[in-house]
Amino acid sequence: MNYGVVSQEQLEKMDEILTEKLIKIGVDCVVIIDMAGNIITAKDNDKNKYDIYSFAALAAGNFATVDAMAKLVGEQEFSLLFHKGTDCNIHFSKVDDELLLISMFGKEISLGYLRLNVAETIEAIRKLWA
Amino acid sequence: MSFINLKDKVIQVKIVYYGPGRGGKTTNLEYINRRFRKQIQSEMVSLKTHGDRTLFFDFLPFDMGQIKGFDLKIQLYTVPGQIKYNATRKLVLRGVDGIVFVADTQQQMRGKNIGSLNQLHQNLVGLKESIFRIPLVMQYNKIDLRKQGIPVLPTNILEHDLNSKLKVPSFEASALTGYNVPETLKKIISSTVMSIQRKLS
Repeated sequence: MNYGVVSQEQLEKMDEILTEKLIKIGVDCVVIIDMAGNIITAKDNDKNKYDIYSFAALAAGNFATVDAMAKLVGEQEFSLLFHKGTDCNIHFSKVDDELLLISMFGKEISLGYLRLNVAETIEAIRKLWA
Repeated sequence: MSFINLKDKVIQVKIVYYGPGRGGKTTNLEYINRRFRKQIQSEMVSLKTHGDRTLFFDFLPFDMGQIKGFDLKIQLYTVPGQIKYNATRKLVLRGVDGIVFVADTQQQMRGKNIGSLNQLHQNLVGLKESIFRIPLVMQYNKIDLRKQGIPVLPTNILEHDLNSKLKVPSFEASALTGYNVPETLKKIISSTVMSIQRKLS
């Protein structure tokens, strides 16, 4: 698969999926990045504005670090990462070998509910590349 | 690999400053951050140790205007230079589009420059890239030390050591004073953009 260029149609569909499955349930911001730290697409609720370019660089580094740690303890990967804060939480999930989906959300959404929706989102996005 | 967003018409380009420890990679980015503040919308991100050594990377994104109707977003990274951090260097190199090799011109750094360049070659092979294909610019940094009487390697020696096979553009520079820092940056951006255009056409 080549993510170097993603078609306008694919991006529009991806944005629709992210809005429908995640932004509408109350996620503040959702970003899809590649492992090099490039932003593929980003959606937010118009209230919370983050510096998503720096965020993407750090997130790719963070995920790559955890991945390297997984290998050190004999795991193939840790496919899920979650950071809990007082007001904001960050959930990372691998879409495939190249893409990561990152959701930033507040305390009004439970982690379980978010994970369910993230799983559905990833499935829908994978179908776009199929 | 650069990422091209056809919907928002944005091209993201990843340029990595590579080289031996304490060679001036972070200082290059700090100078660019000060000098081109207007084009930089966010803060420079630095992941460093308490002793101010780069631990993971520095990151500086900035806008370079438009090319063929696409917004060009340049993302500058540095790697940690210390020998023990090679695993981290490999992570930062992932998806790289262009490289600036920052060599330290102090005489006692001669071996370290060569070692670092050899390791860059190995690391790129591991990423299925080639040092002979990827856009690369050499920067011979700390040239200002010459004026202070500190022994500095002559440029012809540096060219022989580091650039005799690669034959890439090279600059004498001082990251501290900013001498040739913008020139190095302009050169790597133009080489990288041309390489992306070639790949697309």
